[in-house]
Amino acid sequence: MSRPRTSLFDITPRTRRRNAAEKRFRAYGIAAISIAIAVLAMLLVSIVSSGAGAFRQTYITLDVDLPEAKLDKSGTRDIAVMKKVSTFGYAPLITKALMAKIEQMGFETPLKKKEIGGLVSKAAAAQLRDYVLAHPDVVGTTQKFEFLASGRIDGYMKGRVTYESAEKDGKISPEQLRLVDALVADGAVVKRFNWAFLTSPDASGQRPESAGLGVAILGSLYMMLVVLLLALPIGVAASIYLEEFAKQNRWTDLIEVNIANLAAVPSIVFGILGLAIFINFAGLPQSAPIVGGLVLTLMTLPTIIISTRAALKAVPPSIREAALGVGASKMQTVFHHVLPLAAPGILTGTIIGLAQALGETAPLLLIGMVAFVKEFPDAPPEGLFDPASALPVQVYNWTQRADPGFVERASGAIITLLLFLVIMNVAAVLLRRRFERRW
Amino acid sequence: MSTFSILIILFALAAIGYILGRGRAMKSAGGSIRALHSLPHYYGWNVALFTLVPALALLALWLVVQPAWIDAQVAKSLPQGALEDGAYSLMVSDVRRLAEGLDTAVAKGMITPDAANTINGDIRAQLGAAGVALGAEVKPEILVAAQEMRRLGQAGDMWRNVAVIALAVLGLLFGLHLTNRDFRARNTVERAVLALLIGAAMIAILTTLGIVLSMLFETRHFFAQYPAFDFFFSTKWAPNFRGGSDLGILPLLWGTLYISFIALLVAVPIGLFAAIYMSEYAGPRARTFVKPLIEVLAGIPTIVYGLFALLTVGPMLRDYFAQPMGLGESASSVMTAGLVMGVMLIPFVSSLSDDIINAVPQAMRDGSLALGSTHSETIRKVVLPAALPGVVGAVLLAASRAIGETMIVVMGAGAAAKMDLNPFEAMTTVTVKIVSQLTGDTDFAAPETLVAFALGLTLFVITLGLNVIALVIVRKYREQYE
Repeated sequence: MSRPRTSLFDITPRTRRRNAAEKRFRAYGIAAISIAIAVLAMLLVSIVSSGAGAFRQTYITLDVDLPEAKLDKSGTRDIAVMKKVSTFGYAPLITKALMAKIEQMGFETPLKKKEIGGLVSKAAAAQLRDYVLAHPDVVGTTQKFEFLASGRIDGYMKGRVTYESAEKDGKISPEQLRLVDALVADGAVVKRFNWAFLTSPDASGQRPESAGLGVAILGSLYMMLVVLLLALPIGVAASIYLEEFAKQNRWTDLIEVNIANLAAVPSIVFGILGLAIFINFAGLPQSAPIVGGLVLTLMTLPTIIISTRAALKAVPPSIREAALGVGASKMQTVFHHVLPLAAPGILTGTIIGLAQALGETAPLLLIGMVAFVKEFPDAPPEGLFDPASALPVQVYNWTQRADPGFVERASGAIITLLLFLVIMNVAAVLLRRRFERRW
Repeated sequence: MSTFSILIILFALAAIGYILGRGRAMKSAGGSIRALHSLPHYYGWNVALFTLVPALALLALWLVVQPAWIDAQVAKSLPQGALEDGAYSLMVSDVRRLAEGLDTAVAKGMITPDAANTINGDIRAQLGAAGVALGAEVKPEILVAAQEMRRLGQAGDMWRNVAVIALAVLGLLFGLHLTNRDFRARNTVERAVLALLIGAAMIAILTTLGIVLSMLFETRHFFAQYPAFDFFFSTKWAPNFRGGSDLGILPLLWGTLYISFIALLVAVPIGLFAAIYMSEYAGPRARTFVKPLIEVLAGIPTIVYGLFALLTVGPMLRDYFAQPMGLGESASSVMTAGLVMGVMLIPFVSSLSDDIINAVPQAMRDGSLALGSTHSETIRKVVLPAALPGVVGAVLLAASRAIGETMIVVMGAGAAAKMDLNPFEAMTTVTVKIVSQLTGDTDFAAPETLVAFALGLTLFVITLGLNVIALVIVRKYREQYE
C-alpha cells in the first residue's frame, strides 16, 4: 500500500485552483451587478446634472416707461386701436429701460443699443405687450417688470457660457457679460425657481429661455386619460373572458398567442398602424391626443391583460365555489366576488401599464406629435382632437434644435418625466403593499 | 343635432327604459320579489339593452355608410371627363374641403345657412374672411357639387336622427312588452354581457389583423412602383423625393444587426452573470435590494437612454476612443447606440434568466454538490446546461427587442446608410429610416414614403419570427421540468 497519504486539511494545488476558480466566478457575478448599478447611477447623474438648471431661470427686473405717445396715440385706451402697435413698438421701451438702469448704476460700457437690448429675451416684448393690452390704464406710467434674460445670459448665470466661449460666440460678447456682472451686483439680475418651465408652452428655436412643458404635460395627460378609459375596461373584460369563461379550444389559443405576440411587437409598428388606420383610413386629425391615446391603448392592452389574468388566477377557487353554492350565477360570481378581490392586482398592473405608455415615444413620432404646438388644447372631449405635444416627444423635439439652451431644457423635461414615472410606480408598490392578500 | 347629442338622447331613453322595465316587472309580480324569475334590476337592464343596442348599431352603420354614399352621389354630378383615378379623388377632396369651409363659415355666422346654399361668385375671398383658407380658385362645378354635398349631408343627418331615435323607442317598447314575472331577464342580460366580454377579447386579434393588413396593403402599393428584387438585394439606400431613388434594405439591415450584435455582447454576459449571482449566491437581503435596482433599468423610457447616448456616451466615446485611435469623428456611432442599448437590455436578460435558473430542480444541484464539486462547478456544468434552452430563448427575445428599438438608434446611431465594419462610424437602422420617411411632409403616393411600410413589414416579420421561436423554446423547456 504505497498510495500517498493525503488529508482533507492539506490543500493540494488542484484544490487551490478550484477554489480560485470559484472566487473568480463569484467576482464575475459581483462585477456584472456593479456594472449594471454603476451605469444606472451614471445615467441618472448625467441627466440630473445637465437638466437641473432648467428648473431655475434668470430674470431681469426693470422699471419700464410706458409712454402714451408710443402705445396709444389716440389716447382713448381703445384695445382695438392699441393692438395695432406690434411687439416691434414695445421692444425699444425695454431697451430704453435697461439703458436707464445702466446709467443709474453709473456703469460705463462701449456696447451699442442693440447689444444692450440683446440681454433681454425676445419673448419680453410680447410679455410687455400682453400686460399692457390686459391693463390699458398703465399706459403713461412707469411700471416694474420682471423679464426673462436671453438664453446666453441664462447660460452664463448657470456656468454654461464663459468669457472664453463668449469670445467665439456671435450671439454674445465678453463686454455684455461684464455688464451682466454689474447688473447682478446691483440685484437687477436674479436667478430663481422657474415655474414657467412647467406651465408655459413651447417656444421657437430662437428663444430656449421661454420654452416650457405646459402643452406637452397636458397632451400626455389627455393621452393617459384616453388610455385609462379604454384600456382598463377592455383589458379587464378580455381577461375575464379568457380566465373565467373561455373553453380551451383553438379559438382561445389563437387569442392567447396574439396577446403574447402583441406584447413583443416593436412599438414603432404600432405607430405605423396608427398612421395607416386612425389617420389615413379613419381620417382622425394628426398630432391629436385622441390618436396617440388610441395607439398607446393598443400597446398597453397586453400589459393590462397579463397582469389582470394573474390577479384573477390568484383568487382561490373556494371563493367561486362558495358563491356558486349559494345560488349565484357564473356572471354574478365573477362580478360580485372574484373581480373585487382581484381589484388591487388589476390596479397595480394598470398603473404600471400607464407608466410604460407615458414614456413611449417612437409611435407618437409617426402620428405627427413632433409638430411645433404653441396653443394649449381645449378641455376634453373637444380638446382631444386639438393638436398637442407629449412629454417624451417634446424631449426628442428639443434635442433636434441647434441652440445649446435646449439641451438643458430636454434634460429638464426628462427629469419631469422620470418624476411622474417614479410617482406612478411608488403608487403601484404602495397599493400592492396595502391591499395584497395572501390566501 | 350632433352625434354627441344623439348619444345623450339614447342614454336618456335607456335610463327611462330601465325605470319602466323594473317597475313593470315588479307590478307583474304584485310587488313581491319572490314571484319574479330574476332580480328586478335585471328587468330594467334588459329593457335598457333593447333600447340601446339596436339603435347604437344602426348609428354606427349609418356613420360609416353615409359619407361613402354621399361621395358616390357627388361624383355623379361632377363632369364626366374628370373621372380619371388621380384627378377624381383630388376633386372629391376639393369638394369636401369646400363643403367643410362653408360649414365653418355658417357656424361662425359669416353667412346665413340659406346663403351658403345659393352663394356664388368669389367664394374664396368670402371664406378667407371667415378664416377658411382655400388653395386654388374655386371652379363653379366644384361649388355646385359642394353645395349638393352639404344638402345631402344635412338630409342624411336628419333621417339618421329620426331613424335612430325611432329604433330606440321601438326597442324600448318591445323590451317592455317582453317584461313579465316569468321572463328570464337575467339570462338575456348575462348573454349580452358575455358578448361584450368576447368582443373585448377579439380586440387583440383585430389589432394584429390591423397591423398586418395595413402594412400589406401599403407594401403592395410600394412594390407596384418599385421592384421587390431591388428592395431586398440592393446595397444602396439613397431616397430622393424628386424620383429615381435607390431603396435597398441591405445597408439598413446591416446597421440594425451590427448594433443589435454589440448590444447583445454587452447585455448577455452582464445580464447572465447578474442573474446567476442573484439566484445562486446572493442572500435574501442582497436580493431584495439589488433586484429592484436592476429592474429600474427596465422601467426607464427609451427616450432617456437616447438622451444619455446623445449627451454623454456619444461624446465620451468620440473623445476618448474614436479620435485618439483615428477611427472616426462622429459622436453618433454603432458603438454608442450598441452600448446604450446593451444597458437597456440587461434587466431583460437578467430577469428572464433568473426565472429560468430558478426553475432548474434543486435535486440536480444537490446531486452535483454531494459529489464534491464546488458551487461554481455545479453552476457551470449542471445548472447552466440544464437551463441552456431557456437562456437561448431569453437571448432571442432580447435580440428581437434590440432589432425593433427605435429611440436609442434615432438619437445615437446617426442617419448615414452604409455597410462598414468600423464600429465608431455612424450607421443607420430600419427603424430610423421608418421614422425619417414617415415624419414631416409625406406624400402617400410616392415610393419614398411607401417604402416605410415595406420596412415596417420586414421588421414585423423578423421580430415575430424571433418571438415565436423563443416562445416555443421556452415553453418546451418549461415542460421538461414540470
